[in-house]
Amino acid sequence: MASEGFIPSYETGTEWLRAGGQASDVVMSSRVRLARNLAGWRFGHKAGHGDRQKVLEICRDRIAAAGLSSVGAQSSSAPSTPPQVMWIDLRESPPIERQLLVERHLISKQHSKGKPLPDLKSGDIETTDPRGVAVALPDERLSIMVNEEDHLRIQAVRGGLALAEAWADADRADDLLESKLDFAYSPRFGYLTCCPTNVGTGVRMSLMLHLPALKLTGSIEKVKRAASDMNLAVRGFYGEGSEAAGDFYQISNQTTLGKSEEAILNDLAGQIIPKIVEYERKERRDLISKRGAALEDQVYRALGLLTHARLLTAEESMQMLSHVRLGVVMGLVSDVDLATVNALMLLTQPAHLQRVMGTDLDQEQRRAARAQLIRRRLLKTT
Amino acid sequence: MKCDKCDNEATVHEMIVKGGVKTERHLCEHCARELGLNPGGATLGQLITKFVVAPQGQPLAPAGKPAPARPTPPTTCRGCGTTFPDFKQTGRVGCSECYTTFEPQLGPLLERAHEGATHHVGKRPTRWEERSARAEADSARRERVDDLRRRLEQAVMAEQYEAAAVLRDELRKIESQGTV
Ligand SMILES: [Zn+2]
Ligand SMILES: [Zn+2]
Repeated sequence: MASEGFIPSYETGTEWLRAGGQASDVVMSSRVRLARNLAGWRFGHKAGHGDRQKVLEICRDRIAAAGLSSVGAQSSSAPSTPPQVMWIDLRESPPIERQLLVERHLISKQHSKGKPLPDLKSGDIETTDPRGVAVALPDERLSIMVNEEDHLRIQAVRGGLALAEAWADADRADDLLESKLDFAYSPRFGYLTCCPTNVGTGVRMSLMLHLPALKLTGSIEKVKRAASDMNLAVRGFYGEGSEAAGDFYQISNQTTLGKSEEAILNDLAGQIIPKIVEYERKERRDLISKRGAALEDQVYRALGLLTHARLLTAEESMQMLSHVRLGVVMGLVSDVDLATVNALMLLTQPAHLQRVMGTDLDQEQRRAARAQLIRRRLLKTT
Repeated sequence: MKCDKCDNEATVHEMIVKGGVKTERHLCEHCARELGLNPGGATLGQLITKFVVAPQGQPLAPAGKPAPARPTPPTTCRGCGTTFPDFKQTGRVGCSECYTTFEPQLGPLLERAHEGATHHVGKRPTRWEERSARAEADSARRERVDDLRRRLEQAVMAEQYEAAAVLRDELRKIESQGTV
């Protein structure tokens, strides 16, 4: 298990921004997260520094020994980049590196910060709280947070509508780890988790959807209401509490007890998500036929702004890229490809932007750098 | 009512009785979230709020009057020291044993948070199954051994030596199959 340096392919690599995959005109990515805890150890906030350090070591060693690099490995992946699992100890990561991991959806904001320990009130939490993340390279389809809210958070992701494949990866990784570890489990409550909202299967299956037409027509409110009636959560691009930046919505299950993984999978991937995808596509067709000129105008205004603005905030970029993305998938724009738009959504985030530019930038400098990067990529002047 | 922390209207009301002392918090959604109460996000959070607040949105005990004294201190988890009021405040349990300790209170709460579910359905750890299967086999064997020993003793007492020999052979066979 490699541990040095950071993800070498920060500019590519992320599975969830891969253009292509089923229904990728609407579905950005499919994600499955499993919450697991080791039997016999206290959970996150009740464990002291010593216990958290031991849990970290046990998990890290088992992850290294579990042969996880085989999980979800692409048969087509280049032989020059053999699959491997990289371990990152977040106590040793500089803040910008942790921010990169957050932007790539490999760790949560909370995991980046660490948590105050009951026996270690003083000191810098970020550099003392024992926690880490394992990332499967080169495609980042699998990642495992250690010592987040739960001891283990196994996460599998696929581009497009591929929830079954993501579940298969997470399930396999879980099996491999479970062959070496005793997980906290009870016959009544299933996998025992720190927060009882996750108890049972410990599974959260979520889909990142691009719903600009439903947003534009206001029908998104109907989708939100229907989702909430079905006990599904609707979140923004960066999860809990984040705004639905650029018309991106994450829809996920909240019920984890009394419903099998297969049932949750079938409800989402077989029933609910295809309906939302169809709804969005229908609204897109209606927009084209009834308000075609207005739609085209919106797309090209966004493109014009992105290729000419000199200062851009992350929020504005996301919103404009969302309009352009809609134009690309609807065939209104032909000289911009989906992969470029998807990549820009990630590369214009603060930490990625600084990595691409190769230097630290303050907020004002970032706005200029962001505009420059977008302009160059869209106009293909490097 | 105004939020304890800012000028917004308080929409999250919480009352905790700990060691006979009642504390109340009235917060707006924003401040509640800052304090980790997460009112909008977690269904469980809402349920906990409903749990401690009467349906009309009024605290269970009217302000000003002393809270009814608790005859017994709250149950404490032996594994981690968490009490049920602790759980209500954080929405988090501290260890596996909390689920056993607070099963009577957690059961109905989880039922409402998980669409009426009372029991887990789905994947189980194979190691856990092996462990419990082994434990079951062990206890079955232990029972069988105890039974044979008792019958052997009775046979010897009754001087039924042929029957005793048969029982002794059977006992040896079982004991050689594993530790008891
Ligand atoms: Zn407030
Ligand atoms: Zn406990």
